[in-house]
Amino acid sequence: MSKKNEHDGLDLRGTLISVLAVGIIIIVMWVAVYMMYVAR
Amino acid sequence: MIAQQDRKLALSYISVAYIAFLIGTLMGLLQVFIRNDKLDLPAWLDYYQILTAHGVLLALIYTTFFIFAFFITGMSKSLGTFGPKVRLWSWVGFWVTLLGTVMATVLIVIGEASVLYTFYAPLKANGWYYVGLALVIIGTWIASFALIGHYRVWRKNNKGQLSPLFAFMTITTIIMWLIACLGVVATVLFQYIPWAFGWTDTINVELSRSLFWFFGHPLVYFWLLPAYIAWYVIVPKILNVPVFSDSLARLAFVLFILFSIPVGFHHQLTEPGITNFWKFLQVVLTFMVIIPSLMTAFTMFANFEISGRKKGATGLFGWFKKLPWKDIRFTSIFIAMAFFIPGGAGGIINASFQLNEVVHNTLWVVGHFHITVGTPVAMTFMGLTFWLIPYLTGRKFTKSMKVLAFVQIITWSIGMLLMSTAQHVLGLLGAPRRTAYSGYNGHPSAMEWFDGILSSHVTMAVGGSILFVSAMILIYIVVMSMFLSPKALKVEDQVEFPMAESDKSHTPKWLENWWIWIGIAFVLIIIAYAIPLSSMIMHAPPGSEGFKTW
Amino acid sequence: MHFHKFEKIWLVFGIISLIVFLSVVGITAFSHDHHPAGGMDTIDPEKVNETAPFDNPGVTQLDEDTYQVAIVAMAFGYTAPELKVPAGKEIIFKVTSTDVVHSFTIDDTKVNMMVVPGQITTRSYIFDKPGKYLILCNEYCGTGHHYMFTEIEVY
Repeated sequence: MSKKNEHDGLDLRGTLISVLAVGIIIIVMWVAVYMMYVAR
Repeated sequence: MIAQQDRKLALSYISVAYIAFLIGTLMGLLQVFIRNDKLDLPAWLDYYQILTAHGVLLALIYTTFFIFAFFITGMSKSLGTFGPKVRLWSWVGFWVTLLGTVMATVLIVIGEASVLYTFYAPLKANGWYYVGLALVIIGTWIASFALIGHYRVWRKNNKGQLSPLFAFMTITTIIMWLIACLGVVATVLFQYIPWAFGWTDTINVELSRSLFWFFGHPLVYFWLLPAYIAWYVIVPKILNVPVFSDSLARLAFVLFILFSIPVGFHHQLTEPGITNFWKFLQVVLTFMVIIPSLMTAFTMFANFEISGRKKGATGLFGWFKKLPWKDIRFTSIFIAMAFFIPGGAGGIINASFQLNEVVHNTLWVVGHFHITVGTPVAMTFMGLTFWLIPYLTGRKFTKSMKVLAFVQIITWSIGMLLMSTAQHVLGLLGAPRRTAYSGYNGHPSAMEWFDGILSSHVTMAVGGSILFVSAMILIYIVVMSMFLSPKALKVEDQVEFPMAESDKSHTPKWLENWWIWIGIAFVLIIIAYAIPLSSMIMHAPPGSEGFKTW
Repeated sequence: MHFHKFEKIWLVFGIISLIVFLSVVGITAFSHDHHPAGGMDTIDPEKVNETAPFDNPGVTQLDEDTYQVAIVAMAFGYTAPELKVPAGKEIIFKVTSTDVVHSFTIDDTKVNMMVVPGQITTRSYIFDKPGKYLILCNEYCGTGHHYMFTEIEVY
């Protein structure tokens, strides 16, 4: 259980925002190509 | 430092890797100029010969030899010096792989095997080309089993303990590789070789394609996982933090054993002979293999943030400035990771069933693997090379080499950015891959593709040329650290193998019970492949004779 | 095995995105017939020219709103006389090969079909805009691969 506390104590707000930004890039690229698919 | 004899083994692997790299990148340079219509080849040399050599030497040979050098060094460091048997079989594996490489290369050079590295039947190369490829695979199997043997000795001497993270990840990669190769070995041994030597008249084309892609997709994970090992184990050490989570790192890796193999049909989405149901099932499984990469993304940012905050960073993104940007071992791999963001996103698009029709076999795909294997993987290997060779030769990684290493990494990044962006855009417009220069007789649509600033042949050629310069700088660095840099006589000059501490105390033991993972992997493979493959065999059309269309 | 709270948020976000992607392609594919080119029909690659519909390649009107286009691909071209089809009607492409693997790819459309000897690839498509479309081979098939193309006219 010590590990749990150690991990939860970490300040990873920057990490969360960064990975969500990665997620947004993935979604934007995917939607862009999906639109191209629909348009063709 | 690891034992002298293990170092010699690793250095031999690295040497072959960089000879392949040298020839392979030169072939790449020639291609962009031919495509630009700026270069006419002599009659004995053909664009597709060059393209075959480029693919085989970089994607198959450079990667494989480098990966084994990295594994051998890391396994010797984390589990101890190789025993005589392990060493012997590692050498046997090396020579067999090298023999296969030389055979395949010679046949490409003499024009007997312009079939590209996918060698799709019924293009029929000289039979010895397939024998060469088979030897490459068999050689890697021998070397793989040698490493497994080394690992088993360690396990026997350390009963009940989890292995060090590096060794665990190496064994994961090897298990995945051994299973994946079953597909290509089956088709080469039982289909291509008998057919190419004339013992059988025809070949079942669709079956050979499916067995190839059974291997072809996990092949890309065989390139990626060693890069991930560096990201999980080497990078934290450079950042001076422990491994973020030992158990999640191991979990991510075993997920790759499970899901990187039963997914090959997503390379065959636009072809006949496989029903939509089986194609879509493998698309779903392909999406499963994205999850461990999502976990990896989180771990990487967490490493950065924890390291930066330890150095006193504040605010949301203060940690970013505290990263060791002046350390090329870090910066190279950081850029490699950054390239993998659009690279991975592009991969999701490729695998998205009907969306594949937009990009399939266009230049987009070429752009895609240059920002997956060509940069995230290759640039991670470069970032490892800078210290791995000095570590093995006991030479210094001098100041001037460090500067050159920066120049090399920056040029590679710029070159790849230009070239791969051009390729992605061109692909979306519809320009096909794997073609020599062609304007399709001046067809207006074809002219339009290459009209843009980003999407022109010029952008691709400029990018390609910068990449070649970068490759030559790397070769110079390799030669210097191999033979010429001053010996590191003082302890502080010696180059270290950065391997982060990993706290295994909370890692469940079942993660290292390989039979669970191998068992589930086979169940998934049977679910995904048994029925469609058997219907390809049972409902096979009359087979195809071979053709030599080059 | 413990996930940081933020990692849980990220994985849930990521996995939901993946499920949405899969649902969008899956539902449109299977309920609206938007699946990629394919087909399970086989053919003897040496008897293509004697086998219907490839014994009479080109455009055939099947009914009021449907046309069939049969194409034979070979190194390095397509056997099909004058390809002319109307816009706004369903065009069913059927393609096979007499030699190696090719593709039948119509620029600026969803028609991007692998052509495998022994198999018949099928895809149906409705052209919106009239015009002349470039058709090309995007699977490497030999020395003349980059000269393998033709044209289809949509009226």
